[in-house]
Amino acid sequence: MPKVKVKRTNPSLDMTPMVDLFFLLVTFFMLTATARPDEAVIVDTPSSASEIKIPDTNVITITVDKNDRVFFGVDGQQTKEVLLDKIAGKYGVGFTAEERKTFSLLSNFGVPVSQLKSFLAMESNARKEVNQPGIPIDSTRNELGDWVLQTRLTNPQVVIAIKGDQDTSYPTIKRVMDILQEKKVDRFNLITDMEVKPTNL
Amino acid sequence: MQQQADSGKGGKKRAKRQSTKIDMTPLVDLAALLITFFMLTTTFNKPQTMEINMPKKVDNPEEQIALKASNAMTILLGEDDKLYYYFGLAEDNPEVIESNYSPGGIRKVLVSPQVKSNDKMTVMVKPMEESRYKNVVDILDELKITDTKRFAMVDIAESDKKLVQEQIGN
Repeated sequence: MPKVKVKRTNPSLDMTPMVDLFFLLVTFFMLTATARPDEAVIVDTPSSASEIKIPDTNVITITVDKNDRVFFGVDGQQTKEVLLDKIAGKYGVGFTAEERKTFSLLSNFGVPVSQLKSFLAMESNARKEVNQPGIPIDSTRNELGDWVLQTRLTNPQVVIAIKGDQDTSYPTIKRVMDILQEKKVDRFNLITDMEVKPTNL
Repeated sequence: MQQQADSGKGGKKRAKRQSTKIDMTPLVDLAALLITFFMLTTTFNKPQTMEINMPKKVDNPEEQIALKASNAMTILLGEDDKLYYYFGLAEDNPEVIESNYSPGGIRKVLVSPQVKSNDKMTVMVKPMEESRYKNVVDILDELKITDTKRFAMVDIAESDKKLVQEQIGN
């Protein structure tokens, strides 16, 4: 009786297509990636069925967290440097070249102008740890209005987006909207999460 | 004729044949690592946004045309995700009805003939101080879903608060 021969398969396989595929994916992700900007605060936005996307550039993001703190952010390093100069001139605070550089790299911040200098002087790790009080929005110290106005003067193309937390109380949002309207901004965007639009009404 | 460099052996010099196969496992490891890294750092979908147009602030209120009671609907956003609505004007002491944000709640009202068949029907959204931001976005979303064109965000009036307090209680 002849022995049944177990067929031995070669365990090493050709990995070339796999490598090809992997590098294709790596290239794809590298080209499409825009590094996630580190936000000063995490907000949980409400969801909506709206399908409009926010533009990539020229956006002012006003973040309102659930403790009613207001953060301001704008894109474009050039814009931010010019903006800081204007604010510095208005509030009579001088900023060094290094501080301007630091400011131009911040994605958003939530400190009053009076504390901005010491905030910029911090190490970047310490800046993440520190508890930012938020930008003053009350009518006596309406700094948010100045930031928005000066940004719009610097870059007239900006659109304004409000990114509020679900649990933000309405009066705060109302106050932010009022400030925008005082500055003659009647159209703005509310950033929301995606939600499936119901088809049957 | 080229001279042979080493002529130790008379035979033909044979190039050492190397296997063309290399071990690609480290390469694959690296590629997979990079993929993972880029996948995790990428913000893939841009956030959605809702466009909102606020009515222009008017300087002289006398020039505005008063809204007819038959064309008015008011939605009040209360605390704890509560929602009330009434038709007509607050002066006429209308019936305040409690509703909610579910598909069977305010959406049903907004698609009902009373609202849909009246082109001039204006929906006023009045968030109370206790309401939260999510409520505002939700109601704006409902208005968008039901394709209600005429709506406005209005400040809450004392008369509205009184209506709710009288009819709903606490």
